[in-house]
Amino acid sequence: MCCMTDSDMPVIDSKTLRQKIKENSIRLVDVRREQEYQQGHITNAINLPLAKLLADDSAEAIQKIAQDLGISDETSVVVYDDTFGALSSRVVWALQYIGHKDAKLLDVTFSQWKSLGYEISTEVPEIESAIHSININPDIMATAEYLEKAKENKNVVIIDNRERLNYLEQHIPGAINIPYRTLASDDKILRTKEGMKNLLKNRGISEDAEIITYCGSVGTLSGLAYYAMKSVGLPNVKLYVHSFKEWKNLEKPIDKQENANYWDLSAE
Amino acid sequence: MAQQLRPSKPADKKPKIDWSRRQEAEHFAETVKLFRQGKVDPDMFRRFRLQNGAYGTRMTDDYAMVRIKVPAGQVYPYQLEKIAQLSEMYSIGSAHFSTRENIQLHWVVLEDVSEIMQSLSDVGMTSREACGNTVRNVMCSPLSGVCKDEIFDATPYAMAIAKFMLRNPICQGLPRKFKFNFTCCEKHGMVRIVDVGLIPQIQEIDGEKRKGFKIFLGGGLGNRSFIGHQLEDFTPVEDLLYTSMAVIRIFDRLGDRKNLVRNRMRYLVNDMGWEKFQNLVLKERAIVKATQSVIVKLNVDETKNEIRRPISVSNDVASVPDGFARWQKTNVEKQSQDGFNSVFIGLESGDITANQLRSVAEIIRDYSAEGFARNGFSQNIVIRYVHDDDLKSMYSKLLESGLAKTGSLTMASAVGCSGTTSCNLALTNSHRLAKEVQRKFLELKLDEDDDLKDSTVKISGCPNSCGQHEIATIGFYGGGGRHEDNMFPNYTMSIGGRFDQGSMLGHHTARVPVKRVIPVILKIIELFKENKQSDDTLAKWIDRIVNGNESSKISSVEDIKKEISSLLIPPKVEDEPEFYMDYGSDTNYHTITGKGECAA
Ligand code: HEM
Ligand code: SF4
Repeated sequence: MCCMTDSDMPVIDSKTLRQKIKENSIRLVDVRREQEYQQGHITNAINLPLAKLLADDSAEAIQKIAQDLGISDETSVVVYDDTFGALSSRVVWALQYIGHKDAKLLDVTFSQWKSLGYEISTEVPEIESAIHSININPDIMATAEYLEKAKENKNVVIIDNRERLNYLEQHIPGAINIPYRTLASDDKILRTKEGMKNLLKNRGISEDAEIITYCGSVGTLSGLAYYAMKSVGLPNVKLYVHSFKEWKNLEKPIDKQENANYWDLSAE
Repeated sequence: MAQQLRPSKPADKKPKIDWSRRQEAEHFAETVKLFRQGKVDPDMFRRFRLQNGAYGTRMTDDYAMVRIKVPAGQVYPYQLEKIAQLSEMYSIGSAHFSTRENIQLHWVVLEDVSEIMQSLSDVGMTSREACGNTVRNVMCSPLSGVCKDEIFDATPYAMAIAKFMLRNPICQGLPRKFKFNFTCCEKHGMVRIVDVGLIPQIQEIDGEKRKGFKIFLGGGLGNRSFIGHQLEDFTPVEDLLYTSMAVIRIFDRLGDRKNLVRNRMRYLVNDMGWEKFQNLVLKERAIVKATQSVIVKLNVDETKNEIRRPISVSNDVASVPDGFARWQKTNVEKQSQDGFNSVFIGLESGDITANQLRSVAEIIRDYSAEGFARNGFSQNIVIRYVHDDDLKSMYSKLLESGLAKTGSLTMASAVGCSGTTSCNLALTNSHRLAKEVQRKFLELKLDEDDDLKDSTVKISGCPNSCGQHEIATIGFYGGGGRHEDNMFPNYTMSIGGRFDQGSMLGHHTARVPVKRVIPVILKIIELFKENKQSDDTLAKWIDRIVNGNESSKISSVEDIKKEISSLLIPPKVEDEPEFYMDYGSDTNYHTITGKGECAA
């Protein structure tokens, strides 16, 4: 953990990004709805609504998306959204899954960027498509089958990143709950490293544990958790990308907090 | 007319007192770790956890409830925003306003409690000594300082006592919990159902007007409840600290440390007899005074809060928003200060979402000329110093956030303890039942009925009285009933409870199955309407009945019992399966409880 370099960090800060925008040395991807993108985005960003990725997330489909966005194997990519980093995490993860090396999250959301008064534009940059290879990175992905076996292993920690009430009601047996809201700080999509380490330390999660994150359906909230773990240098993290929705459809075992009416404490 | 532009928002007011101590969070985290490793004795850990404000949770060791202390209920916008954030990060996305002016976060992973404590320090708050055998949150009427009937504002004294007792070695290991309540006047406080209750008084002594209190000792609700006794005619403020210390010292020395079920001070008072206890207190106070080597004084800060109307958002709200009159009638109290109002925000059983907390913070900034809020003692929030001209605009804002529930100052705002939503000792879902009662009352517009205004409904999930059912006009506590082979949630109903100058505990009336609680309440109201006198209220009518002073057709508790008896007969399971299920549950009822921490 001592030797993480900046290039291993999954996030990039605004200052560095502004420099790179000036140098025109990155491909900036905006994961919001098209309409929002059109009303203004970070200068030079191109739009990739998440729905497009989710429509088909086979390696070939991700490859095509990357190519259409002008992302080649060597392109530096930075992704942002306005949903506390969850959607952009899912995009970065997908790129890394097909073997892309240099993809990062912007450490603030679009709203935060805007309130900092940084460059915004309505201009849509011209892009030429590029060629990207497929070089599957199996180590960052967990399937239901994999998770089911792995959870018997003592050194594996399964983390459910949904809200507390959803977790109490049903979760994968043995999973612990770290709601996605726990991962952010007041002004960044992720906690400080120290804050994150402290949370994990309190929870008794060791630095050499294998971690599998999951959430409700498509791996966005748990994608953010994946990068929260990565940000403190945990070496072995996997995203159960099809998450609890698939788990339930497959009729796998489910645990529940019994004998308490916790839902009635909610004012929703 | 053009909308008046607001200059810029006034800077957030900051509290004068920082209740936190940062190191406590780290110490808590360390101790949890040692406990999990089996290196700390579970009993010791439990005491430690409670001392720091973390209760256990229903049927599990994994979660805690964190009780944030709010002395005198005084809470600031940025503190509410912090709690909103913490509820999303570590709890269920909602927080709970309690009957003792605390704010609680439920279903917190025990290992995360220290993170909450850490963040509370950032905003000057603490959960220290919110549970356990300590001096619990010092309460003060939410209307202290603005009440029309008060003699002086008790808030600075409540704050001073809270400050003196917090972390004070003399109250770290009391036989049992210890509660102080200050009030503004007889009507707006609960001084006779706590260990020490205080009402401001002024007495002329040698031609000089002197501040002081009427002090009540030895009251309290619980498995067995008692009404407090007045210590003496008048206790000057100079004697406030000495009297408090004397009482605590006696309790510490003589309180029952063995029999955990009867160790609140009220049992000591009851066993010893009031007169003996009273003498003991007066004598002990003389000793405390005489033997002090250093003069210990309360640090009472009576500097006036700055009152500055933050804005006029708009002097002309285009039209009167729908429902404004009903809301104003049932949620707004005029202050003793001309032109200003105290606005009550009603919640369902005290629950509020994170986003609503943020709205409340914003609304305080925009509308309260004092810049903070006061928690009430009916699971509600009071925003004071709202100008007459701003009420309509404020109401629209509250509506937008779902915070304009009517009936806060009426019988509609039922109180319900945690019950089976989180409490280990609960037998029924009292929390949800209170919500159901409130919804029904509002649906029937009973909040607008002046005859019901001074009545209350309060519900506990077991006999321990956290929902304060015994001081309600109509109160309930949960239990289990059985019909043939099936169990159903069955509440014990008491009527005629009061917490004003005529304080008394309610009279047990009947056992009422959960799904009949609302019909029974409505039936009682119907009986009242049939038999009331011209200028009557439900509370007065019931008061006459339980005291044998009513001469109409319904003149005794027995008569009421007879009238409702047909509602109490259990149906066959096949005919009404829901009868055998509690609210919030779709399976047949059974009782299940865990280890309680009441006596811890
Ligand atoms: C024998 C055990 C207990 C007794 C005698 C007891 C007594 C009381 C009393 C009398 C109150 C009302 C406030 C007042 O006027 O003093 C209260 C409030 C409260 N108690 Fe307890 N208590 C017990 C155990 C518990 C337990 C195990 C829990 C759950 C963790 C709990 C949670 C609460 C809550 C949440 C409130 C505030 C009510 C609300 O607004 O929800 N109590 N308690
Ligand atoms: S009254 Fe009973 S059920 Fe309600 S909070 Fe107290 S101990 Fe729990």
